[in-house]
Amino acid sequence: MDNDTVVFELDGLRIAFGDTTVVEDLSLTLRRGETAALVGESGSGKSVSALGALDLLPPSAKVDGTRRLLGESLDGLPKTRWNALRGGQVGFVFQEPTTSLNPLHSVGKQLAETLRLHQGLRGRAARERARELLVAVQLPRPDVLLDAHPHQLSGGQRQRVMIAMAIANDPALLIADEPTTALDVTVQREILALLARLRDTHGMAMLFITHDLNLVRRHADSVHVMKQGRLIESGTVAQVFDTPREVYTRHLLAAEPEGRAVALPAAAPTLLEAHALSVAFEQGKSWLGRRPAPFVAVHPLDIQLARGETLGLVGESGSGKTTLAMALLRLTAADGEIVFGGERLDTLRGNALRRRRRRFQVVFQDPYGSLSPRMPVMDIVSEGLRFHHPELSDAEVERRVAATLDEVGLPADCAARYPHEFSGGQRQRIAVARAIILEPDLVVLDEPTSALDRSVQKQLIALLRDLQSRRGLSYLFISHDLAVVRAMAHRVMVLKDGRVVEQGDCDTLLSRPQADYTQRLLEASGLGDRT
Amino acid sequence: MTTRRHFRASPIARRRWQVFRGNRRAWWSLWIFATLLVISLGAELIANDKPIVMQYQGQWYVPVLIDYPETEFNGFLPTATDYRDPVVRRQIEERGWMLWPPVGFSYETLDRELDGPAPSPPSARHWLGTDDHGRDVFARVLYGFRLSVVFAVILTAGSMALGVLIGGVQGYFGGKVDLVGQRIIEIWSGMPVLFLLIILASLVQPNLWWLLGIMLLFSWLGLVDIVRAEFLRARNLEYVRAARAMGLPSRLIMWRHVLPNAMVATLTFIPFLFTGAITTLTALDFLGFGLPPGSPSLGELVAQGKNNLQAPWLGITAFLSLGIMLSLLVFIGEGLRDAFDPRHVLSTQTSPTASASSGLPGRSAHGQ
Repeated sequence: MDNDTVVFELDGLRIAFGDTTVVEDLSLTLRRGETAALVGESGSGKSVSALGALDLLPPSAKVDGTRRLLGESLDGLPKTRWNALRGGQVGFVFQEPTTSLNPLHSVGKQLAETLRLHQGLRGRAARERARELLVAVQLPRPDVLLDAHPHQLSGGQRQRVMIAMAIANDPALLIADEPTTALDVTVQREILALLARLRDTHGMAMLFITHDLNLVRRHADSVHVMKQGRLIESGTVAQVFDTPREVYTRHLLAAEPEGRAVALPAAAPTLLEAHALSVAFEQGKSWLGRRPAPFVAVHPLDIQLARGETLGLVGESGSGKTTLAMALLRLTAADGEIVFGGERLDTLRGNALRRRRRRFQVVFQDPYGSLSPRMPVMDIVSEGLRFHHPELSDAEVERRVAATLDEVGLPADCAARYPHEFSGGQRQRIAVARAIILEPDLVVLDEPTSALDRSVQKQLIALLRDLQSRRGLSYLFISHDLAVVRAMAHRVMVLKDGRVVEQGDCDTLLSRPQADYTQRLLEASGLGDRT
Repeated sequence: MTTRRHFRASPIARRRWQVFRGNRRAWWSLWIFATLLVISLGAELIANDKPIVMQYQGQWYVPVLIDYPETEFNGFLPTATDYRDPVVRRQIEERGWMLWPPVGFSYETLDRELDGPAPSPPSARHWLGTDDHGRDVFARVLYGFRLSVVFAVILTAGSMALGVLIGGVQGYFGGKVDLVGQRIIEIWSGMPVLFLLIILASLVQPNLWWLLGIMLLFSWLGLVDIVRAEFLRARNLEYVRAARAMGLPSRLIMWRHVLPNAMVATLTFIPFLFTGAITTLTALDFLGFGLPPGSPSLGELVAQGKNNLQAPWLGITAFLSLGIMLSLLVFIGEGLRDAFDPRHVLSTQTSPTASASSGLPGRSAHGQ
């Protein structure tokens, strides 16, 4: 077959739940060997479109329009035909590798099941083919992994198993729905390279759904931009990225966080200092067994932070960056000396420590989990203030809450509303308001932007920088996203497996990384391309 | 802003209320139960052996509330007046009037003017007949219902307070507190409650408070596991960590942030505690180890029904009153459980579009 074969075609796809239309008039064509990217911010209808096109939505969804796979119309197919199609001619890779494998069955068994259902392979033949697939997705030690259970694999390895399942029956179309969002950046890159290679060797068409334009630029051939359920722009990667037609596309493209941290005054006094700080977790022991050596999450390290400075803590998941921050906040038991504002923090206990907490606050990653769903914004923001300043009158508390909400760019009337009425970016602003209303000296920002869309990220970063220059805050900024760190931090500390790999001035470190690991991070984040 | 806030139920509470109201059986059960409860709370005004109000020699008396000595009405003895006594009655009615409740018997009034031997069948005088002591069954059911419900309310409230406190402390602090607490609870829950009560009954004359106290010692155990699990889960939620980072003391964090989460599980447990309390009390009374003799108790009525099979109105009344009461409670409990279940779909509301954008339903595609 030549490369112009149309594999998948959508014409005027419309999806509605009840009276609400979530996708309208979506048309796209996918050719053999082509990767088409469906991009848009969260809620733009990209995942629903893919699921709806292959009839994977709940029965309450109403799907209209023409769908064709290899020339065969998909409208009104019986259920059995759909089942043969999905997993057979169409493969899926989903976002969350932790939940998409059955934890009770071995990898080999799960692969064999797909093979049995679609190709009728059994026993030794199925196992042999499963092994070949594991080799094809470049997993090490395929013979051992065949009998491994999902919890024994890392996230990246699980995603590879998912890909092996998706390609097991030589599909013509592979749908990858945010396949790398849950993975570390360096792993991300390998998985996408693997997908591209498999697409070429198997001659598949790939529909790649993502919100990350950075990935699209490197890994896709054509781009389809969606906004609120509508396709607003399509074209080749070069067309869309170089000469975007729509304002929204330009807005998305320009959403890369920009700017740099505000310059520090020359002799900023030291605010926070830690010497030989380490965190170890005891591991459970079996009956009568010996207790295994404690797991060291953070090896002894020194850290310093000046007043008004931002220190970026960078590393992949499991590198100990959050644990380190929690130890500095005295929220996790740790060894070593912590000096905050000239006072030993590690020796304080009970009430004395609680009173100091006003001065160091934290903003967490998940904008949905960090606000109590049962409290109105007024209570959430004022809670700490009322505890630390019980002498304030109600009117004064309300005045301060209103002023703080205004400062983080939220409308005044939101104080009486509940968290669920706000978008992710607004919730994160509420969390920032809760932290700064106490007038702290230090705010720990634990991945505050990673759950947000790029354009919202950009606004939040601008807000955080603005607050820093106005209030002279120090930030400990935790992130795996180097683009965001570059826009925020004065200094950067790179962590790997609980040890400091490299640290130094932000610009210097990101433009001329010394350690191999930092270079890989930088490469994977795509920052290297444009600087 | 603050003042307005207090009058506005949170959206979650409103949704729950809606779900509860949507369940017609639970809704009606709640109303019927509430009506019965209100009626039984005013039992003294419905079934009593004293007039509600009366006038005697131009003076007002309220016998329901105040015991007047017989000398007040020209009697000889300074004891409390027996208004059912024909002599007293004649005396009063000659110089005034009396307003009687619709049923002229209290739960312990012995009717000495029965036509036949007790237990006597239902009649206009005794709507549900009398028991084998000649006491009015309707009055006993009315007072018995009230006593059971009051007993259950106090026991449930007490077990909730204890269970939530102990479970909460264990779950929130975890570690050694949890470990030691759990072992103690395991030992404690091994105690045979019924035997303890029976042994107690042979040592002291048990009254309502004794029974409550003994049962309270054990009834909170069931709650601890649930509350503990909820607290264990909630203490690692980000908003709880944020509250800790804010410097709030543990008791405030538990009260404001963790408890509301645990309350959902606790509230769904209430109907079970409630029905459990009622059945235990009934069982003890049936066996004769419960409330002191003469108390209006449904369990005692069941025992009478069993002993007087020739008088079926006793057994049938006991069965119906217990059956209806427990069924109503179970229906209400069902409604509560649905209302607090976040996955319960409102029947009026079709598939929410919010879930559509995240593409949740895709998992099933694998392994096919």
